[in-house]
Amino acid sequence: MDLDLSAPHSTGTTIIGVTYNGGVVLGADSRTSTGMYVANRASDKITELTDNVYVCRSGSAADTQVISDYVRYFLHQHTIQLGQPATVKVAANLVRLLSYQNKNMLQAGVIVGGWDKYEGGQIYSVPLGGTILRQPFSIGGSGSSYLYGFFDQAWKEDMTHEEAEQLVVKAASLAMARDGASGGVVRTVTINAEGVTRKFYGGDTLPLWHDELEPTNSLLDLLSSSVPEPMST
Amino acid sequence: MVKMTDLPTKGGFSFDLCTRNQMLLDKGVQMPPFRKTGTTIVGLVFQDGVVLGADTRATEGPIVADKNCEKIHFMAPNIYCCGAGTAADTEAVTDMVSSQLQLHRYATGRESRVVTALTLLKSHLFSYQGHVSAALVLGGVDVTGPHLHTVYPHGSTDTLPFATMGSGSLAAMSVFESKYREGLTREEGIELVAEAICAGIFNDLGSGSNVDVCVITKGQTEYLRNYQLPNPRTYISSKGYSFVKGQTEVLSTKITPIQSKVQTVEGGDAMEE
Repeated sequence: MDLDLSAPHSTGTTIIGVTYNGGVVLGADSRTSTGMYVANRASDKITELTDNVYVCRSGSAADTQVISDYVRYFLHQHTIQLGQPATVKVAANLVRLLSYQNKNMLQAGVIVGGWDKYEGGQIYSVPLGGTILRQPFSIGGSGSSYLYGFFDQAWKEDMTHEEAEQLVVKAASLAMARDGASGGVVRTVTINAEGVTRKFYGGDTLPLWHDELEPTNSLLDLLSSSVPEPMST
Repeated sequence: MVKMTDLPTKGGFSFDLCTRNQMLLDKGVQMPPFRKTGTTIVGLVFQDGVVLGADTRATEGPIVADKNCEKIHFMAPNIYCCGAGTAADTEAVTDMVSSQLQLHRYATGRESRVVTALTLLKSHLFSYQGHVSAALVLGGVDVTGPHLHTVYPHGSTDTLPFATMGSGSLAAMSVFESKYREGLTREEGIELVAEAICAGIFNDLGSGSNVDVCVITKGQTEYLRNYQLPNPRTYISSKGYSFVKGQTEVLSTKITPIQSKVQTVEGGDAMEE
């Protein structure tokens, strides 16, 4: 196993965005990898574009950071010219234009989420290639492969904020358990009419899944640790 | 179809040579080894500011090219930057951004901010798509407080309370992960940085020689060059080295007076406005 420290920095990642009755909840893991080495175990992949629009980034760290910087700049100008906060649709479209027009050079899969007074909470998915697709919920990144079945079963329309947040955290921790390129902590951002709330879920607060062991100081303690409960919806 | 030679030259970096290099590599031609700073570089945020550290070995393939090079580069009086990767690239990019920061200081009349240096570095590196091989640990204290960032060759950045880069980064990171905590004092911070660099020096072949440390706090920067010298020369002549005049045999002497070669002209026009 050769650690390639000159490999491009990529957000291996699990990113999630869901709408609920009143706004959106965005969630992500915190692992940034350079080849097989974890370059940052506590990164923040949910980046602000405006007061009311945030973006979850996956793919090449450099590419997504540059796109976010450009879109933040354009949206700032747009807000000044418009005289009111930018809509989520405009923000997502700007991301899409950069992604599509530079598709040969970029490796960026993002989820744009936010709240505006016209359409309420919205989630727009902009995967590799530069398609834009509005969805009630969206998942992305390498860890999302493990969540398609989960969401098919667990997703429902018109959730409360608590339900949506629990769903996002549970989904992220499931993906982090199975995907090597995702891990660390779970960060969530809730955007609604009242504003923006950031939450942090440390590794020890996340549920343990099949065969995951409790952290212990001594291996002898394993003999007395209980079996984790089977998953319930 | 328009031939490549007919297209007008556009501004910016020409990636043509990169394709040629790749083609040569595929054919089996070996790249000449350029000087890399094998390197262990670290930074951490403590109570009153940031501490940066670096080893001092520069390598050219398997050979140590410089046993005591300086890897902590000046960016601004309140901002320093450690560089790993190709030595020429780290020197050039830090010098360039340092100049840009000074011009910016003249234009704005204010102390430089770390995020300014960060943005200048990341946009430069991104536009070269990773071909400028500079991996940097940027740290400083400005009006908004102490900051520590890592910058990668492709242009991505991270903001961290403690960071390591270079070939010895894993050895140094193991020290930080065990011993770092928030609110370290100045002495504790320096000691931890020195320990992390030593871990790189002794466990990584690309790092070695001495420990350089730089402490940046609000209003004051201390560059502790060769803070530790844990690798002294073991075998030194006990008699010492002395070169007495007359010890070298002179074979022949030829003296050429300069006047016969050069013509000095008096007067001339005064310089005009």
